[in-house]
Amino acid sequence: MRMTTLTAVSALAFGLSVGGAQAQTQIEFWHAMGGNLGEVTNALAEDFNKSQKEYKVNAVYKGSYTETLTAAIAAFRAKQAPHIVQVFEVGTANMMAAKGAVYPIYQLMADAKEPFDPKAYIGPVYGYYSTTDGKLLSMPFNSSTPVFYWNKEMFTKAGLDPNKPPKTWQEVGEMGKKLVASGAKCGFTPQWQTWTMIENFGAWHNKPFATKANGFGGTDIQLQINDPARVKHIQRLADWGKDKVFVYGGREGKSTALFNSGECAMHIGSSGSAAGIEKAIGAGKVGITMMPYDPEVAAKPQNSIIGGATLWVLNGRPKEEYKGVAKFFSYLASPEVQAKWHQQTGYVPITVAAYELSKKQGFYEKNPGRDVAVNQLTLNPPTDNSKGLRIGNFVQIRDVVDEELEAVWSGAKTAKQALDSAQERGNKLLRDFEAANK
Amino acid sequence: MIKRATFNHKTLPYLLLAPQIAVTIIFFFWPSGQAIWQSLLLEDSFGGNSRFVWFRNFERLFEDPTYGHAFWNTAVFSFLVAGIGLALSLLLAVMADRTIRGSTGYKTFLVWPYAVAPAVAGVLFGFMFNPRVGILAYSLNAIGIEWNHQLNGNQAMILVVAAACWNQISYNFLFFLAGLQSIPKSLIEAAAIDGAGPGRRFWTVIFPLLSPTGFFLLVVNTIYALLGTFGIIDSLTKGGPGKDTEILVFKVYNDGFRGQDFGGSAAQSVILIAIIVAFTFIQFRFIERKVHY
Repeated sequence: MRMTTLTAVSALAFGLSVGGAQAQTQIEFWHAMGGNLGEVTNALAEDFNKSQKEYKVNAVYKGSYTETLTAAIAAFRAKQAPHIVQVFEVGTANMMAAKGAVYPIYQLMADAKEPFDPKAYIGPVYGYYSTTDGKLLSMPFNSSTPVFYWNKEMFTKAGLDPNKPPKTWQEVGEMGKKLVASGAKCGFTPQWQTWTMIENFGAWHNKPFATKANGFGGTDIQLQINDPARVKHIQRLADWGKDKVFVYGGREGKSTALFNSGECAMHIGSSGSAAGIEKAIGAGKVGITMMPYDPEVAAKPQNSIIGGATLWVLNGRPKEEYKGVAKFFSYLASPEVQAKWHQQTGYVPITVAAYELSKKQGFYEKNPGRDVAVNQLTLNPPTDNSKGLRIGNFVQIRDVVDEELEAVWSGAKTAKQALDSAQERGNKLLRDFEAANK
Repeated sequence: MIKRATFNHKTLPYLLLAPQIAVTIIFFFWPSGQAIWQSLLLEDSFGGNSRFVWFRNFERLFEDPTYGHAFWNTAVFSFLVAGIGLALSLLLAVMADRTIRGSTGYKTFLVWPYAVAPAVAGVLFGFMFNPRVGILAYSLNAIGIEWNHQLNGNQAMILVVAAACWNQISYNFLFFLAGLQSIPKSLIEAAAIDGAGPGRRFWTVIFPLLSPTGFFLLVVNTIYALLGTFGIIDSLTKGGPGKDTEILVFKVYNDGFRGQDFGGSAAQSVILIAIIVAFTFIQFRFIERKVHY
């Protein structure tokens, strides 16, 4: 029932927005960037509109990622699709499987004869969104990766060196105990637990998340998340939970509130949270560094994987309009625009040139730690385990893993039981996806 | 002879009914039909790869242990919301019905919560019971109850039931109060003269006369608990922790709009529609017989 009203409403909204100026070709761009991020996104579209006269990009905020995706799906089914829609990284496999709905970027750029160089992009950013043979499917836009934050004042209070963050998980445990002993309410808390503690923990230690190169090789895959390394890690966190060295702060980004309020001394969170965290704690009082690793699992860390979203181009509009889309993407990927976006938001620059430009502008000297994300992503050439994840029904699978992890934190299950169950339930969802996309 | 104004036109009644029928067809039958049709399809999110699979979506649901879990949650949740909500509001209405000083103000305040949208009610309760900053969570901790509905499933259920009841009590209260005020005072006075105390007067005179109102509210509250509480669940727990507060209507939304599993979600809506139809039928068929009008 909701479906049809939604279709009608979005179709109506779309009709209204098209009714504006007729001289230029209008390009609809639906995004999920609210608040400050939304302003920056809309400014990007405005700047593009000012830079040329042929095309006009209408950036429209459509709510959360899921709301935006649902609106785009409804509009596509009603044959009123926007040209560009922003989809989060977990929706990648579902978008790829949507036959006939998606206009791949490599093809778009070739058709529009826009210059396009895959090598200009940062490896793990490009890799996450390309086919196994390296063809880009969606335009990287806002990418982030989990980094380690620590509260320097709390470190000092606990008698620790405020400029020496933990390098290994073992050190996180030792320092956490000292921090709690010195009066901290909590040692460590992670954001987006499945993304940071299961997905990125795997990539960082070069362990697979699923068979067939994390799903890049097909839809007939199995999850591989109940391996000894992950079981050990989750059990370790659960054990730490008993004396508050680890505290669970809720799903998604909710736990950041615990770090910002000075309850937790250590945090793993999106690099995109950096600006907000520095604002809350004070720029000099918080440090940003790479995630810790476990030397018993891997001798050295591999590279982390990204989160965030990309821009997908939907089929179903007149052919000549897509030229404008290609032009807009070239504009977005230009070093100046990317550097500005990166510096204003905390997201990773998607091209190497934008990173170099930020460096040249002295941004990282003024803002120490803001280059950690890029360094972490490019630490080593990505392997099959650290290129990215291509998992069908991923939104639901993440929910399943979140649920099972919550059962560990509440003491209802051991890490082994929970991850076994998460694996079994996740595989069922993968079979559903496989069946729906035959 | 009484003069009657009659219309001999055969089509006129249908014409006059047409707008209402059109509204019903467009906004009720058509979407329901679409839901039924969609529940028999297996397709990717964009609808490009659609196959007719008969009842596969339903079979999948009944193989899914989390669906059974959602059924159980719904049963517990609806029973508690309807039961506690009705009992409390009846108590409040009986109290407010007495002629006491300031009763108008008292009645007005009791009606206020109904003006709060369920989603907002959820946010309010979320603030008050937030395990770290919530004032009520703090008080509970102070008396030795470790409150954390983000990890404790039973506490989460208590919380959503409390929020749902609180939100609905005003509505029930209004109807109960109106029902109480329409009971002739003479009946109660007669019972009093016969020597019945307040308790006996309530159970033998007032309660039976109030039963049509109570019956109506039972139906409305059950449907409210089944469907109308979505906003509260969504803003308070999102079905968590784990799946401990995931009721059927929330699972429909979650699988459809988060998981993009439109076929499975449509199948769940069809089942939910069937449950509500069956439930309403049973209530009218069996419970109504015991109601005195």
